[in-house]
Amino acid sequence: MYKIIFNRPIAYKVKHMRVKAPFVAWKRKPGNFVIVISEENGERIPLTIVDSNPNDGTIDLIYQEVGTSTYRMGRKKEGEDIYRIVGPLGKPTHIEKFGTVVAIGGGVGIAPLFPIAKGMMEAGNRVVTILGARTKKLIILEKEMRDISDDLRVWTDDGSYGKKGLVTHALQELIEEGLRPDLVIAIGPTIMMKFVAKMTKENGIKTLVSLNPIMVDGTGMCGACRVIVGGKVKFACVDGPEFDGHLVDYDNLILRLKAYREYERESLERFARFYPQLRSYIFGGEK
Amino acid sequence: MKKSAIHFPEDLKNKLRGRWNEEWRKENRKKMNVKERMSLERTPMLENEPMERIKGFFEVNKGYTPEMALSEARRCMDCPNPTCVLGCPVSIDIPTFIKKIEIGDFLGAVKVIKETNSLPAVCGRVCPQEDQCEGNCIYTKMGKKPVAIGNLERFVADYERTQGAVEVPEIKIKKNKKIAIVGAGPAGLTAAGELAKMGYKVKIFEALHKPGGVLVYGIPEFRLPKAILEKEIDYMKKMGVEIITDFVIGKTATIDELRKEGYEAFFIGSGAGAPWFLGLPGEELNGVYSANEYLTRVNLMKAFKFPEFDTPIPRGKRVAVIGGGNTAMDSVRTAKRLGAEHAMILYRRSRVEMPARIEEAKHAEEEGIEFKFLTNPKRFIGDEDGWVKQVECIRMKLGEPDASGRRRPIPIPGSEHLIDVDIVIIAIGTKPNPLIPNTTPGLELEKWGEIKVNWDTMKTSIPDVFAGGDIARGGATVILAMGDGRKAAHEIDKYLSGE
Ligand SMILES: Cc1cc2nc3c(=O)[nH]c(=O)nc-3n(C[C@H](O)[C@H](O)[C@H](O)COP(=O)(O)OP(=O)(O)OC[C@H]3O[C@@H](n4cnc5c(N)ncnc54)[C@H](O)[C@@H]3O)c2cc1C
Ligand SMILES: Cc1cc2nc3c(=O)[nH]c(=O)nc-3n(C[C@H](O)[C@H](O)[C@H](O)COP(=O)(O)OP(=O)(O)OC[C@H]3O[C@@H](n4cnc5c(N)ncnc54)[C@H](O)[C@@H]3O)c2cc1C
Ligand code: SF4
Ligand code: SF4
Ligand code: FES
Repeated sequence: MYKIIFNRPIAYKVKHMRVKAPFVAWKRKPGNFVIVISEENGERIPLTIVDSNPNDGTIDLIYQEVGTSTYRMGRKKEGEDIYRIVGPLGKPTHIEKFGTVVAIGGGVGIAPLFPIAKGMMEAGNRVVTILGARTKKLIILEKEMRDISDDLRVWTDDGSYGKKGLVTHALQELIEEGLRPDLVIAIGPTIMMKFVAKMTKENGIKTLVSLNPIMVDGTGMCGACRVIVGGKVKFACVDGPEFDGHLVDYDNLILRLKAYREYERESLERFARFYPQLRSYIFGGEK
Repeated sequence: MKKSAIHFPEDLKNKLRGRWNEEWRKENRKKMNVKERMSLERTPMLENEPMERIKGFFEVNKGYTPEMALSEARRCMDCPNPTCVLGCPVSIDIPTFIKKIEIGDFLGAVKVIKETNSLPAVCGRVCPQEDQCEGNCIYTKMGKKPVAIGNLERFVADYERTQGAVEVPEIKIKKNKKIAIVGAGPAGLTAAGELAKMGYKVKIFEALHKPGGVLVYGIPEFRLPKAILEKEIDYMKKMGVEIITDFVIGKTATIDELRKEGYEAFFIGSGAGAPWFLGLPGEELNGVYSANEYLTRVNLMKAFKFPEFDTPIPRGKRVAVIGGGNTAMDSVRTAKRLGAEHAMILYRRSRVEMPARIEEAKHAEEEGIEFKFLTNPKRFIGDEDGWVKQVECIRMKLGEPDASGRRRPIPIPGSEHLIDVDIVIIAIGTKPNPLIPNTTPGLELEKWGEIKVNWDTMKTSIPDVFAGGDIARGGATVILAMGDGRKAAHEIDKYLSGE
């Protein structure tokens, strides 16, 4: 059992949980994730470790409520427990001084981006950040990101905050301004990473993406997380989750992420029957 | 590891002979002559009806009643040179335990088994007896049905458990030395149990959230009820074994880091958990699973109870399982229970080469599993949503025997054909996970990544690190893993006592 220190909303359906997991906290590096089972009959889901405090033995998770497992986490209160947390898993990010690093975060992808961008800043890189989301309410960690970035720009699809457009437009703008990034790190929806990678490939800019396939064990035992990179099958949980963005088969990943759609729906319907008070929160639109 | 026909190691011979000469045994032998014993029929296992059992995940075998156990025990001729013992990887004194059953001393029988096997309820159920004890029984050699050693072992273990008579040994001497065990599969659990009995402080570090290894995530409920496993694990805990779950060695901490925490010896029993894929086109489609993923979802995560449990598993109507071992049988029978109308085995050789336990193949057949022998997949074809819909297969014929002694399958050109499917499960084997070797400098490996050990001592290339089970053997059996764990425990004791 892992004690929750706090669990609070930071944006629309996005929550920040701090939880005691001392074994994870002491070992964790930027780029690592954990597998969380919030209750005994729950699913094993991967979440990036956004930050950690080895002295207090705590880790920070930022998650978007999208389905049963994340809504289950969302209802937990300070002082309650998470059933299981295992980690740190995955290869940590390779951090060194590259020069200028452009960090692109889309939606809740900003959360896993944060520790990596911070690591890059600490290694002496010039960090230029692009935050993107559908709408203003979905932008998270803006202040934290601003603190570690030399330059930060916000773009929203609907123009409700920052400039109107996609993160690829933002990157285009930077390149047109004459910025020559040594590395681009893009984390967000698969489709976003696909288009960022397409653009950086055309411009010959090395690009790192962090993939989010469905996982079960997270230790290389099941192959659920397999992705195609450079024509080869890789297990994202042990070979990744970060890969060379120019080599990833995004379309396959997009298809694989849809594998359980009907089941996810059924599961969430059932969850909402158990917690009728949450029904409008779950199924209602953005208010 | 070699077994020769009738060579008994000296100490084993003395032990067996000493007991064979005990008065009660002599008396018992007189009760019935050999001819009478030989005229008795093997007592079949009570089973649930195939059409009933495929509706659920309850256990197929119902076990023996005491009367059945007695009548089966009478068949054993109490051989002076019991070859059955040589077939058992942990040399259980089989005639002694069977004769204890015959005199009605069921608990005494369990005690005999537990001298060398701490998980009899498990082994009685899952050992490939036909290759081991029963395969070496004199009856088999005479062309008759062997004594049902596995069924009897299971009977007494269940008897002990259900009578609440499980005794926890009193541990007299406490040794102030910490030992770390990696992995709570049969190898790790056995090593831990033995070391705890010797008085050491033992901690098991397990990556998953439940202990048991393949017994909990791989072998299904209908073959090995998880409640039985839980009891066995409780027993370990009562002996003082501590199990830390959610702890991945190589990630949460390395062996080197544990050494700095004061652990003085290590046993690695991390299994051969990494799945092989075929490397065929279309393997990345939705609906194509490794057996590990499929079985883990169903067994460990209880997806068969979805949506009561959150983890889903698609319930395919046409399921093809590729492979012919126990894993393939477990997968295909699971698919059947999840509602498959056609649950198929695609195996590239013929029936006789199938490595599965005979009982599993028989049960599968009774349950209506369709076997397509001499059939090998070439590629998987998906629909527009990226979900698998067909397997293209090619027919095979058998050529000359290969290195494994089995006849090598050769494709027949032009015999390609399509099989409609909505789920494919790849059950062609597993290999050791490289996580621990990659984070343990100095650990020497074998060709396929197995940890290299000295088979007499289970020592690895690092002095305080021992290993055994599938991580060293690259995929074997429960009882071999347990045998390794046991041997390693005794070697660790010697090592720590400075011998
Ligand atoms: C290495 C890794 C790190 C991750 N880090 C974070 C993180 O820091 N914060 C965060 O909010 N999420 C993160 N994710 C995604 C997160 O694991 C999923 O959102 C979560 O599993 C959804 O579970 P659920 O039961 O709530 O939703 P489900 O009911 O399983 O799914 C609901 C919806 O989410 C989509 N979905 C399901 N699984 C994923 C997935 N793995 N990635 C993206 N979409 C998915 C489904 O297609 C569906 O539309 C990460 C994933 C990986 C692999
Ligand atoms: C589906 C299936 C059916 C089978 N049926 C039979 C059968 O009928 N009869 C038979 O005799 N054998 C059978 N086998 C084989 C048998 O299960 C194995 O040989 C046996 O379980 C090996 O035991 P082990 O302890 O070496 O490893 P495992 O049982 O694999 O246990 C290893 C444990 O170590 C853990 N682990 C791995 N890496 C780490 C790490 N880095 N840190 C911490 N923990 C770790 C794993 O999570 C696991 O719990 C079957 C195997 C499968 C897959
Ligand atoms: S442990 Fe296995 S091989 Fe040995 S006697 Fe029991 S069933 Fe037979
Ligand atoms: S070989 Fe068969 S008959 Fe002889 S002692 Fe063993 S089990 Fe009994
Ligand atoms: S999640 Fe199972 S192998 Fe990656």
